[in-house]
Amino acid sequence: MASTETEAGSAAAPTGDDPATPGTTTTSAEPGGASDLAGLEAGLDALESTVVTRQPWLRTAVAKAFPPVVAILIVLALWQLAYHFSLKPHYLLPSPVEVARSLQQKWLEGTLLGFVWTSVSRGALGFVASVGLGTVLGLIVAQVRAVRAAIGPILSGLQSLPSVAWVPAAIIWFGLSDATIYAVVLLGAVPSIANGLVAGVDQISPLYLRAGRTIGATGLAGVRHVLLPAALPGYLAGLKQGWAFSWRSLMAAELIVNAPDLGTGLGQLLEQGRELQDMSWVLSAILLILIVGIGIELLIFAPIERRVLRSRGLLVKS
Amino acid sequence: MTTTTLTKRPATAATDTPVPYAARIDHVSKSFGRPGAQQHVLDDISIDVAPGEFVCLLGASGCGKSTLLNLVAGLDVPSAGTIDAPGGRPALMFQEHALFPWLTAGRNIELALRLRGVPRAERRDEAERLLELVRLKGAYGKRVHELSGGMRQRVAMARALAQDSQLLLMDEPFAALDAITRDVLHDELTRIWRTANDSGSGTGNLSVLFVTHNVREAVRLAERVVLLSSRPGRIAREWQVDIPQPRRIEDAAVADLSIEITEQLRGEIRRHGQH
Repeated sequence: MASTETEAGSAAAPTGDDPATPGTTTTSAEPGGASDLAGLEAGLDALESTVVTRQPWLRTAVAKAFPPVVAILIVLALWQLAYHFSLKPHYLLPSPVEVARSLQQKWLEGTLLGFVWTSVSRGALGFVASVGLGTVLGLIVAQVRAVRAAIGPILSGLQSLPSVAWVPAAIIWFGLSDATIYAVVLLGAVPSIANGLVAGVDQISPLYLRAGRTIGATGLAGVRHVLLPAALPGYLAGLKQGWAFSWRSLMAAELIVNAPDLGTGLGQLLEQGRELQDMSWVLSAILLILIVGIGIELLIFAPIERRVLRSRGLLVKS
Repeated sequence: MTTTTLTKRPATAATDTPVPYAARIDHVSKSFGRPGAQQHVLDDISIDVAPGEFVCLLGASGCGKSTLLNLVAGLDVPSAGTIDAPGGRPALMFQEHALFPWLTAGRNIELALRLRGVPRAERRDEAERLLELVRLKGAYGKRVHELSGGMRQRVAMARALAQDSQLLLMDEPFAALDAITRDVLHDELTRIWRTANDSGSGTGNLSVLFVTHNVREAVRLAERVVLLSSRPGRIAREWQVDIPQPRRIEDAAVADLSIEITEQLRGEIRRHGQH
């Protein structure tokens, strides 16, 4: 802070040939006034600008990872204790080590990544299709008053409908096929993506729209240069939720839609474990589903969202 | 390098047939609300802003200053009367900077250039030139939230100037700033306005219609001060300000005229408490 003050002080000093402000001599009617003003402004700018220093990357990562890691270790310890004291018979409550061994066995069989990939590719494809549909739908609902009045409430109501409820209907329509799985994913994810975009558009400060219009951003140019970028934070939140819904819906569908020619995803893996009454298998499948869901959120959505918010100064530093 | 021209405007119809005003507000009235329960905001306002002129609209709350600016900016239509601003879409500055936070300072200016139809190759240089004009050289890549309040308003000013309009509308642009910064920006605005009009042909290149409720600010800046009464807004009185620029807000002449105008303004306000 001390260095800033001295810097500002020297800049504000009325030196006629301030090297920091070349080319600012303007009108001869203000002898010396222009460079005075330039120096004054440079001083004000220096005083009022705050330099944000960012922590080293590694330290931030360690500081952030530490609390959840501790929490996980505590849960594992409690689990191990429960196993040790046989709160439940061991075939009902296997130890963490047994679950890990079950995972390891599938890994050694070389099938594990295949199960994960089957589900993740289905989830990703369904999500991308949902983004396309949800975005168009969201824009129409946000911008066309009549459409909003008609289907806006239904769209937000659909969010509270568990997507597993669609599974029986989808099976009747499409049989035990991929189409059923994708139908359930779309019905789960599209409403939340569309709702996110609508919320994003609704939260845009009217000031931006007004400023956009005065500089000539009207019609499609207004949508492209003002409306969409302004709605981006809400839209991203919708996408994040849309992914969560996609993944949940997918698992619900995979659990129920189980046919040999469909390929085995994580949901089917879970169902097979139940059929075999193999609790280690079931728990390891649940663990995998959780890890994939969290991993995609942490690796893809969280960084994008943080970047957008930080670039707009919306990320509050604690 | 001296800043000579603020606006590079091709000799088009505007200069072929000289218009005696940069904006003509002709018997304009504005009401809001349903018929029967109408609220008259503006009543029969007529103001001509000459090319290159700096006019301040002054008034207490409820005088419809901002409504009038919106009408001139084309964001709303008058209930009666006409508004003509022949120099193209007027530029408008608000009390809030209204810069887009998803763009850098430079890109905010470039967006205005782009929407005006400036070719891509020229935008960067033009944006840098405008930033230099408001003395923010080097702020091109800065995000809006990294700038101080005064710097934001200067970027907003650069963005407004990027529209290359002959008319700059300002809606209490400095009201939210601290007194020191505001004072500096008064000097800055005066400098930019004079630079624009001193250059070349001698015809007015930049007219300013500036709305404020700060009497001293009006006298500090304007060539003409128009006092509006409130509810509905009517023109109460006008003053020609002949104090030579550059003025200072502390000048005795500024203070004298401010006292006179304030007395009148208080009179207008008192009338509303009498019924």
